[in-house]
Amino acid sequence: MNLFRGLPIYPEPASENALRYDLLFWTITLLSFFFFVLVGGLALYFVAKYRSGSNVVRSNPMDHHTGLEILWSGIPILLALAVFAWSTNNFVNHQRRMPKDALEVFVIGKRWMWHLQHMNGIRENNELHVPVGTPVKMTMISQDVIHAMYLPDFRAQFHVVPGRYTELHFTPTKVGRFKMLCAMHCGTKHSEMVGFVHVMEKAEFARWLENGGNRNIPVALDMKERGAQVWAEKNCGNCHGDSDNVRGPSLAGLMGSKRQMTDGTTVLADRTYVRDSITAPWRQITQGYRAEMPEYSNLTEPDILALTAFIESLTKPSGEAPADALSPRDKTRPLTSADDNVTDIANKYGKPVVGQQQLGGSRK
Amino acid sequence: MSTTLQEQIASPERGVKKNYLNADHTIASWLLTTDHKRIAVLYLVSISIMFFIGSIAAAFVRFELTSPYGQWLTSEQYNKMFTAHGVVMIFFFLIPSVPAVLGNFVLPMAIGARDLAFPRLNLLSWYFFVIAAVLMLATLAMGGIDTGWTFYTPLSSLYSDTQVTMALVAAFIAGFSSIFTGLNFVATVHKMRAPGMTWFRMPLFVWGSYATSLVILLGTPVVAITLLLVLFERVFKIGIFSPELGGDPVLFQHMFWFYSHPAVYIMILPAMGVVSELFACFSRRRVFGYEFVAFSSLGIASLGFLVWGHHMFLSSQSVFQGVVFSLLSFMVAIPSAVKAFNWTVTLYKGSVHLTTPMIYALAFLGLFLIGGLTGLYLASMDTDVHLTGTYFIVAHFHYVMVGGGILGFLGGLHFWWPKMFGRMYSEFWGRLSALIVFVGFNFTFFPQFMLGYLGMPRRYHLYAFAPEWQFYNVLSTAGATVLGVGFLLPAFYLTASLVKGKKAGPNPWGAKGLEWENADSPPITENFERIPIVTGQVYDYDAEEDSRLIRAELDDHERRDKAHLPGEH
Ligand code: HEC
Ligand SMILES: [Cu+2]
Ligand SMILES: [Cu+2]
Repeated sequence: MNLFRGLPIYPEPASENALRYDLLFWTITLLSFFFFVLVGGLALYFVAKYRSGSNVVRSNPMDHHTGLEILWSGIPILLALAVFAWSTNNFVNHQRRMPKDALEVFVIGKRWMWHLQHMNGIRENNELHVPVGTPVKMTMISQDVIHAMYLPDFRAQFHVVPGRYTELHFTPTKVGRFKMLCAMHCGTKHSEMVGFVHVMEKAEFARWLENGGNRNIPVALDMKERGAQVWAEKNCGNCHGDSDNVRGPSLAGLMGSKRQMTDGTTVLADRTYVRDSITAPWRQITQGYRAEMPEYSNLTEPDILALTAFIESLTKPSGEAPADALSPRDKTRPLTSADDNVTDIANKYGKPVVGQQQLGGSRK
Repeated sequence: MSTTLQEQIASPERGVKKNYLNADHTIASWLLTTDHKRIAVLYLVSISIMFFIGSIAAAFVRFELTSPYGQWLTSEQYNKMFTAHGVVMIFFFLIPSVPAVLGNFVLPMAIGARDLAFPRLNLLSWYFFVIAAVLMLATLAMGGIDTGWTFYTPLSSLYSDTQVTMALVAAFIAGFSSIFTGLNFVATVHKMRAPGMTWFRMPLFVWGSYATSLVILLGTPVVAITLLLVLFERVFKIGIFSPELGGDPVLFQHMFWFYSHPAVYIMILPAMGVVSELFACFSRRRVFGYEFVAFSSLGIASLGFLVWGHHMFLSSQSVFQGVVFSLLSFMVAIPSAVKAFNWTVTLYKGSVHLTTPMIYALAFLGLFLIGGLTGLYLASMDTDVHLTGTYFIVAHFHYVMVGGGILGFLGGLHFWWPKMFGRMYSEFWGRLSALIVFVGFNFTFFPQFMLGYLGMPRRYHLYAFAPEWQFYNVLSTAGATVLGVGFLLPAFYLTASLVKGKKAGPNPWGAKGLEWENADSPPITENFERIPIVTGQVYDYDAEEDSRLIRAELDDHERRDKAHLPGEH
């Protein structure tokens, strides 16, 4: 596993508040760094200079100095007051001041999932769709223990308490998918009480609302189109391109051809072969490659059939055809941003990301 | 017993010198002892065992987090592990560590007393500790608890179906153990100082322990009651904290943090006292601004009671409350800063000996600075929003409580070890393990600041939705492995020193203080042959003289070396 890939050093600033927050955060960091280096550096310097036996002047050491004490209490007090004032202003006038005309979302925390409900009645579980650039206000309550709604990329958090409503607001500034976590220990599956906020373009969000909160418009797709959709969702194109490359063989012209396997056998690439290659790729490995393809054993049969149809349509690259066959998304998934939801991630990793109940009872 | 005492006092020179360790060898003489020094040793053994158990739980936690999917444990087991780690380390190691071991041993001697004010209460305190510890271990053995050491309601009172009831009883009893110690210290400091030992001649360790004892006395009863109330709600379904029963869940947090914030000072104040001793002794200087440092302990102890709400900025307490708590939290940081500055300047014009305890003291300074400074992010309401409940908190309080508390404890243990057991340990291994602890510690906990800022909530078992956190988690676990080695080493070389360490003599460090200048190592049961009379100031060191002696010694060596090699010049 490539541990270093995309090593993050700060959380994405994805809300109107994030930059305001980060400015204060890094200011405090700078101050802390200064004091750390000052005191630590001084201590090391003194240790080096006044090592026992070193030949330096030690006469007339003073062992107290009221002026100095006042100075080094006074400066930190002033700095602390400044940071306090800044931070309190941010908190009182921004974090905790609820916007007037915000999009209202009602949140119910429950072990171990988030129920969310929009004003117009659309309900979501562990996912929230909101438009970019619009203030969103959450009114929250817990059905059991205390939870905390935590949106790190928006720098927003507040406890979700049983028996009383609490509030939280944020204004997303970036389109994309952002974490929505529970940050208050709530029992066994605390770490599975997670989901995502999907921030969409305004127009896209409007269409999403109109469509009853469903990300996919049910249009009749032909097998090939549906196949292309699955292909895109599963990112098969990451490894399989127009021609063979290090990550994977090209599938263009695959169907009906003879394939050379690492175990020496030759196999005819028919539908069964393609199906096996997808659901159990490790069983037989194509010559020149290793068993690097993830197994997609949880695809549904209709999707596998559709994929097969799509692969069948991939002809040897003769020019234009495959390129636009690979991007039929616009036509079939008009509503969503390109990001995965909880279920997709689970599929991608082949292991459940979140508790079983979330996987089942996903969005409506 | 009294005959042996008289023997000790009457004829110290006959045969093997009598001391508190060899005064009597029967097991009963240990289990029924009222000697503060023996009780300190009993505590040392018991908390070491608890520390070991707490560390094993920590190892499981760190190992699980090396993968976003966990390794061996189910989430339920994982939750029980971090709860076991927290409960054992806080209630059964950190809180008793410095006071009950070092305080017990040193405090009476440092003020020239023969024992604590209430020796039998002191023994009772240890028995309460042992009962509580055994009960807590039984709780863990019977399935454990999964609420986290914070026992937040209503999770702990109505929802968790683990052994919470028994754990509450154990914590309740442990509370009394520390109340007894605190009571004893306060009475002893007030009433049993030797003639001439005025308040401002008391070593800063005594000041620190005194301030801590006040906090223990005022705070612990509150948490004891709180835990009892949780127990009532859990067992008798009396509505106190659960809205379903008509209670208020946030009330618990107020009551809990009213003690548990000051508890941080219970863990850190005595360690600060230890470090003051170390800086003074190994710089051969009076601690700079002695009065300020002494009063800063009292300042921290009293202000510390007024800041609990900084744990609750997001709990739905009123914004106004939050503002007040935030302001006070900033203010309580000032006395700590004052101490750090004073320690640093104590080195100035000193004669610095980089012994094992001093390395711990310097490491303490560095880690405590980071711990204290990162506290600013959490005292400040706005920055707290994104960091509370995350690994940033975990990192912060480990810097304070491990970097501060445990390093202070280890520093003190290495400092007073020759006094306690009359033997020197290996300086080489001592210094080496101090360095290993320092490096391992930073590798363990610094990455956790990053994780917290990136948004990883604490107490998360799985994080498959954010595999980008794995790097920092693996780094942290690697660091924890190194740290573990650093903590394990002293167990070996300190034990070895008991057998083959060279004899320490009464004052191996050339330290000032009654326990060093007026008592043997190990001391006799009555501490002093006769009660010392204090005439001089505290920390009456002379760095100039010390360095001159050392230079003379070095020159001497050089001259002798030259004499051995006549052909050279
Ligand atoms: C991580 C890269 C990767 C991804 C993602 C991937 N594959 Fe593969 N695939 C490979 C490799 C490498 C091989 C050749 C080794 C083997 O036979 O398993 C292969 C082989 C195949 C074959 C057999 C081709 C032949 O040469 O005989 C088919 C069919 C196939 N993949 C389909 C898919 C489909 C459909 C998807 C998406 C659902 C997909 N692959 C995703 C890497 C990948
Ligand atoms: Cu939760
Ligand atoms: Cu606190």
